[in-house]
Amino acid sequence: MKKISHRINENNIIIIATLFLIVLLYGYGSLSFTGFLSMQVFLNLFIDNAYLIIIATGMAFVIITGGIDLSVASFVAFVSIITASLLEHGLHAYLVILLTLLLGIIFGAGQGYLIFRFQLHPWIVTLAGMFLARGLCYLISTESVEITDNTFMFLSDYKLYVMGENYISIGVVLSIIFVAAAIYLSKYTSFGRYVYAVGGNVSSARLMGLPVGKTTIMVYTLSGFSSALGGFVFTVYMQSGYALHLMGMEMDAIAACVIGGILLTGGAGYLIGPVLGVLSMGMIQTIIMFQGTLSSWWTKIVVGFLLFLFILLQRLIVIRRGKKRMHSIADLHTDSASTKQHASIS
Amino acid sequence: MNSDSLLVAKGISKGFPGVKALSNVDFSLRKGEIHSLMGENGAGKSTLIKVLTGILKKDQGQIYLENSLISPASAEEAKRLGISTVYQEVNLCENLSVAENIYIGREPKKNGRIDWKEMYRKAEVLLKEKLNIEIDVKRTLSSYSTAIQQMTAIAKAVDTSSGVLILDEPTSSLDKSEVQKLFEVMKNLKSRGMGIIFVSHFLDQVFEISDRITVLRNGQLIGEYQTSLLTRNELVSKMIGKEWIEPLLSQKKHAANISKKNFLMVKGLEKKGSMNPVHLSIKKGEVLGLAGLLGSGRTETAKLLFGIDASDNGTLVIENEKIHSMNPKLAIEKGLGFCPEDRKTEGIVGELTIRENMMLALQSKRGIFNYIPLKEQKKIAEKYIKLLNIKTPDMEEKIENLSGGNQQKVILSRWLATNPSLLIMDEPTRGVDIGSKLEIRKLILDLAAEGVSILFISAELEEVAACCDRVIVLRDRYQIGQLEGEKISVKNILELISEGAGVVESVHD
Ligand SMILES: Nc1ncnc2c1ncn2[C@@H]1O[C@H](COP(=O)(O)OP(=O)(O)OP(=O)(O)O)[C@@H](O)[C@H]1O
Ligand SMILES: [Mg+2]
Repeated sequence: MKKISHRINENNIIIIATLFLIVLLYGYGSLSFTGFLSMQVFLNLFIDNAYLIIIATGMAFVIITGGIDLSVASFVAFVSIITASLLEHGLHAYLVILLTLLLGIIFGAGQGYLIFRFQLHPWIVTLAGMFLARGLCYLISTESVEITDNTFMFLSDYKLYVMGENYISIGVVLSIIFVAAAIYLSKYTSFGRYVYAVGGNVSSARLMGLPVGKTTIMVYTLSGFSSALGGFVFTVYMQSGYALHLMGMEMDAIAACVIGGILLTGGAGYLIGPVLGVLSMGMIQTIIMFQGTLSSWWTKIVVGFLLFLFILLQRLIVIRRGKKRMHSIADLHTDSASTKQHASIS
Repeated sequence: MNSDSLLVAKGISKGFPGVKALSNVDFSLRKGEIHSLMGENGAGKSTLIKVLTGILKKDQGQIYLENSLISPASAEEAKRLGISTVYQEVNLCENLSVAENIYIGREPKKNGRIDWKEMYRKAEVLLKEKLNIEIDVKRTLSSYSTAIQQMTAIAKAVDTSSGVLILDEPTSSLDKSEVQKLFEVMKNLKSRGMGIIFVSHFLDQVFEISDRITVLRNGQLIGEYQTSLLTRNELVSKMIGKEWIEPLLSQKKHAANISKKNFLMVKGLEKKGSMNPVHLSIKKGEVLGLAGLLGSGRTETAKLLFGIDASDNGTLVIENEKIHSMNPKLAIEKGLGFCPEDRKTEGIVGELTIRENMMLALQSKRGIFNYIPLKEQKKIAEKYIKLLNIKTPDMEEKIENLSGGNQQKVILSRWLATNPSLLIMDEPTRGVDIGSKLEIRKLILDLAAEGVSILFISAELEEVAACCDRVIVLRDRYQIGQLEGEKISVKNILELISEGAGVVESVHD
């Protein structure tokens, strides 16, 4: 028992709570609805949410530095429509993919540069980015544009079979690779650690001589890239480009981060969190779908309620942390030897 | 400029709105020397350091490192040039572990990935060997006291320094033994040809460790001196700009003024894991000291009395009234004041002005609906700015723009303004210059003479001995003894502390 309580600390309590929530939801779904327990239903969670996993994970870096990126949903719509229209014009599919990824990097880096260079608030800059990207969509087309390109059709229909009859999509594979890379990045590279330092205390990070500017620009670049990649996955999934795609999805991404234990105040959280956040939200949606009679808006209501709960939990942790500046005995090595030394000094 | 000059600054000027923090200051650090930078609070020491390390942009002047012109634009750049610094306010990330704070930016790597095991091991070795502290380096920095945080910052700077090491008041929360450890490390680096800039308001430390002293006053360079050719009185005279003769400490205590009545009495107050049972009483007009080493439970005891930490056991009586569960609000109502040790996290509200910061406790005592008229606020603020010699262009200046020592004075004023019946002062003179330190000591004695009870905590035992009518000695979170009247001396306190080992052990058995 002691060992367990030792492992559960304030750093991972939210992750554990989220895991518990997923298990609870899954258990409830399996007991209540026939067919829920099937492997494919579970895998569909990933298939339907692959793009969101990628975007939320990218956003997590931004949130850990204490920032926010509101432009992600609009950028996904932008990617979808520019992909569709470029394909319509006969550009090669791989070239289009490369181009959109590049655009994501440039777009994100631009936002990051503005935020750092002019000390602008990320809310403002990325809000502007959000309007800009959405506006550009309408400039390209106000209609939904269908994608008939062969490569995209192939990617969309491709099924990677796992465990017999069950399958996942290319998007899922990409999202898994992306999350794994993100976890590695956050834990095992200097950049990843700078992200935490900047989120913990910017001025200290600066005084410690860490590259605060570069880190800031990099996280927004990463988020831009992840929304482009998420945009690609989403476009493949939807097989169309449309200016109205995913209105308000940035909030889903933020919600996934919060539920996954990324503290909005910055400086804390694990990169596995957003995935868990997305999964629990997806699980709720699936349950409501199976339930059949409830409107899908109930997902929003439940997610809203959950968010409230998790923010409360975060708040409690922050408060406790403030109180816990304990000066434990282990702090200092005040054995009798050092005391004698004291006496002799004076 | 000669061959052994290491870091040289010429004609440095730096102004802030309303203040000329540095005007045309020259400074020169040689290889293999420890150079103290001295001056009153607000003299411009930290500003000079921040200019040298690229945190602040200078208005004028040149900086040379080993005879070549440099102009670092950030700490990052200074670090690359081999200048490492511990700034006055501990500047680490509390959300990261101790080890990571030391190694961030230069993490040990294996196959291109951060080798956490190696990082923890190295951090442990570094802290043990250099500063003789053994702590769990995996825990986040926020779980440790200011002293540990300060030592972590020192360990980091020492470990990264290659040419120049700058320490801005690194010893303000350290005890004698930790200071000695630091000095050993500094001497070692010096013998290897490094140059060290050292700032401290403890004259003993300055005279012990430094080879040379540069004095600043009001942003002006007063001069550079060989330490061995300077006396304490001469140094202070140069700092304050008028003749100074160190007053004898004998002008203390008016024991006659102490009333027979207890203001506060505590029996067996304790909090498990933080402080073992304390028994104490404070009479009206008495100055009671709490002495002990770092981590002995001084601050914990104060927090129990003021209700910041809830006690699990014991009784607390204030003026014959038994208080069942103390909390800060009630404490203020009952006439208690608490001047906390850690000004950065528990004291100042950086965004507010000096006046507003001073009013916080008084306003809370009077109740939020009983607004203090602006005129009265200004009068109070003016009074304390003058009384404590707070250096600022204006009482409407944001407190975060004040120098460290002046911030401390504002916090002290905040509690003095409430006219408390019992004032708890946890390290009230930390980072305060020598002149103001004596002012504060005098103030304490004057308050006591007026019948105010005072609980005084300080790591500086000389100060405890000078001010207190009675001293309670703590060790390892146990109350181990008491000294009274003539018996109070630094020597006796230290003796009691080292004897206390036996007391503590016997309790454990
Ligand atoms: N950011 C700022 N904005 C405005 N004024 C400032 C700022 N930083 C420092 N000052 C002012 O510059 C002067 C010098 O401050 P500095 O911090 O260098 O003093 P110091 O010698 O380090 O004092 P202390 O011993 O109290 O640390 C002070 O009058 C201070 O109020
Ligand atoms: Mg200073």
